[in-house]
Amino acid sequence: MKTAMDLPVEIEEAVNGIEPIRIAKIGRREFLKLTGLVGGGLMLSFTGLRAAATGGALHPNGFLRIDSEGITLYAKNPEIGQGVKTSLPMIVAEELDAAWEDVAVAQSPIDEATYGPQVAGGSNSIRVNWDLLRTAGATARAMLLGAAAVRLGVPPAELATRDSHVVHERTGTRLHYTDLADAAAAMPVPDASRLPLKAPDQYRLLGTRITGVDNEALVRGEPLFGIDQSLPGMKYAVYQKCPAQRGRVKSFNESEIRQLPGIHDVFSLEGNGNPLELMPGVAIVADSTWAALSAKRQLRVDWDETDAAQDSWSDAVAQAGRLRREAGATRVVESGDVDAALAGSAQRLESFYTYHFASHAQLEPQNCVARFANGAVELWAPTQTPHRGIDNVANTLGIPADRVTVHQTRCGGGFGRRLYNDFMCEAAAIATRVDGPVKLQWTREDDMSHDLFRAGGFHQLEGSLDAEGSVTGLRDHFITFADRGRPVSGGSFRPGVFPSGLIDNLRLEETALEWRTRCGAWRAPFSNVFGFVIESFVHELATAAGRDHLEVMLEIFGEPRWLDPGNPRALHTGRAAGVVRLAAERAGWGRAMPAGRGLGLAFYFSHAGHVAEVAEVSVDAEKKIKVHRVTVAADVGPIVNLSGAENQLEGSVIDGLSTMAGLAVTFENGRVEQSNFDAYPMLRMPETPEVDVHFVASDFPPSGLGEPALPPLAPAVCNAVFAATGHRIRTLPISEEGFSIV
Amino acid sequence: MRLNVNGTEHELEGVDPSAPLLWVLRDGLGLVGAKFGCGISQCGACTVLVDGEPVRSCSYPVAAAVEAEVSTVEGLAEPGGELSAVQQAWVDLDVAQCGYCQAGQIMAAEALLRSNPSPTDADIDRAMAPNLCRCGTYLRIRKAIKVAAAQRAEGGRS
Repeated sequence: MKTAMDLPVEIEEAVNGIEPIRIAKIGRREFLKLTGLVGGGLMLSFTGLRAAATGGALHPNGFLRIDSEGITLYAKNPEIGQGVKTSLPMIVAEELDAAWEDVAVAQSPIDEATYGPQVAGGSNSIRVNWDLLRTAGATARAMLLGAAAVRLGVPPAELATRDSHVVHERTGTRLHYTDLADAAAAMPVPDASRLPLKAPDQYRLLGTRITGVDNEALVRGEPLFGIDQSLPGMKYAVYQKCPAQRGRVKSFNESEIRQLPGIHDVFSLEGNGNPLELMPGVAIVADSTWAALSAKRQLRVDWDETDAAQDSWSDAVAQAGRLRREAGATRVVESGDVDAALAGSAQRLESFYTYHFASHAQLEPQNCVARFANGAVELWAPTQTPHRGIDNVANTLGIPADRVTVHQTRCGGGFGRRLYNDFMCEAAAIATRVDGPVKLQWTREDDMSHDLFRAGGFHQLEGSLDAEGSVTGLRDHFITFADRGRPVSGGSFRPGVFPSGLIDNLRLEETALEWRTRCGAWRAPFSNVFGFVIESFVHELATAAGRDHLEVMLEIFGEPRWLDPGNPRALHTGRAAGVVRLAAERAGWGRAMPAGRGLGLAFYFSHAGHVAEVAEVSVDAEKKIKVHRVTVAADVGPIVNLSGAENQLEGSVIDGLSTMAGLAVTFENGRVEQSNFDAYPMLRMPETPEVDVHFVASDFPPSGLGEPALPPLAPAVCNAVFAATGHRIRTLPISEEGFSIV
Repeated sequence: MRLNVNGTEHELEGVDPSAPLLWVLRDGLGLVGAKFGCGISQCGACTVLVDGEPVRSCSYPVAAAVEAEVSTVEGLAEPGGELSAVQQAWVDLDVAQCGYCQAGQIMAAEALLRSNPSPTDADIDRAMAPNLCRCGTYLRIRKAIKVAAAQRAEGGRS
């Protein structure tokens, strides 16, 4: 491996006065060319211009710009609270060797040619952008070193970089990057594949605690979020859709609404047939949010519900009860011979688990500012998927994608809801009927009725133990939902799903009930509920065997190995065992507990993250659970921002606890029965447990932390409740079984 | 209608007296720190102070604030000026994730510390319970309030 001091050949040649290889002129600005996925990793090369066009600024790629005024790093992905506006630029700064105090961070424009995919989802930002951002920083560093070598007339090998300076130790010379930017800009942009990158032991910034780059603006109440955007002459709109999703407008009290104060217009929209884009509804345009909201309360719509959702949760419960002991309609995972394992077992267990639908409840209700003129539309949108949003809007309006411009704003929570851009499509469609800019504002009630819900589901489990108490077989019949035969989001097993490859005789099969209401990705999709089911049932098996849960878990992991060699998103049993042991050790696993108090352990693997959690709880006679402490151990490779990483784990624990405690969405006649937070009671400060976070310092490629710490929480708490009381919770939320978190 | 916000008198014309204070602040005065979350006083994202008391401005009619002093997060520090002890603690302890609820949390914390300079954990829990944080930053909020209380006690920032 090259050391950090090796320079790419182009820079060496430039320093030595040799005419560098000319790089093809591609366009007016530098851009990154993504050459595609090879072997699961992102390979990339830089193609760029000589910097003459940048006016003396060093701007070799979209991620940084250095001029005589300072160093600016560009954060490419939407910020939804996962901290990427801070952590992604940290990766650039590390390889650039810029002092963090010298750096200004700006949100990058939405520009796929320059930045590649700009998405907040799948805990992917760190994993996917790691090499890209390291290379971006290292590119500029090499050019600065080359410029310094020329200026000082010394070999590059005598130079080092530190704290935004090129340093020549022998003479004690220090040149600040801002003083070198002009000369560095004239260096050739080196080939990314030849750039030296730091080894982890050379990191100065990564792994430290860095506070969020927007913190000060946040505490001053500055307009960072979508909902805060305002344009001169802007009007305000609301949009009422059928409470049963996909219903159509038959008629509405148009003349009455038109006469209300502050109302500019009221009209219905047909919808474009794609429920992820534009559903039918009635738009009200007003001169203030309040005027629009007030008029919406007076709006009376007669809906045609012929094609609308008719979904009923109570019907689904009844159907699942009838179907659970039957064979599943589809076998997704089949290994070994589970029938033989069950038939020949020393002990056989059967359990039925249920979890409800859940809502994203991101705190900032959907909103979007849109301005349509001359066949083009410009949007200011809190979205997790701006590029997809451009396509959605183009499709909705029937205009080319290059007539759609999206500006990204900070998002008041995402959790998966803002992967879907229906609110952008609505704003764009309304804007075509409004002279000037318009801001669409959803209410909380709109959000609750028109979420893309985390699907509920049912699991009939059977497991077998041999005479030694080892798990020999597992069968899971998942009763889930499909929309006209197509499984809803998160409503289907995927090949390789945990615990595939860990239990010799395994059958995962499913039967889908018809469902029309939209479902979508919800923080750690499917893992957030599968973790509860499988990790609770493994504890049931360990208990039936009379064995220690930790011992049984480690036995299931077996020898350290990748379950899918070469796949960086696969489970590694050694890493799994490592976090389970660490969490158990730090939580004092095995210590004696007083009556009514217990420890519970769980592990789950999702989004390339290995996470184990131990919950310590007390339970009283009224089924009130006090969660004293949750100990978390995670292995996600090197940590980029320790403060952000800890915050994500604390938040995942609290989100997990909040959701398992009392959050359920139910449906009757296609309508959501909960309309606001009074019926969807999220966890509050008094119920918050202590959270004790530990990271395994591993040198695997880094992966994200937005999601993988959520799935183990519910089973850890439920296993602890069992340890404390002997009661096995098999329903989420646990309020359905009479439990509460206090 | 005259409204005093952060020490400045505003003359409001054509405002519906029943309009929630939140929308007058946001749409009318361009003070967007207070946030819309639920519209029914359940989440606290819209928390501002009226005569020093925390209120949920999403369901607080503007007419009720006319004779009072309204304080919003924008009034805690001059633009570009020194942050309040609470604001600074929020920055230093890296409290926020998405940050959407935090202006409301900060105003609730300001109200708490003005009436109770050295709150216990139970005092903090009671005062902050009306304010939801969907991202789950409660542990850092609690710690930041203690840091701010200590700094105020030392006679540093107010």
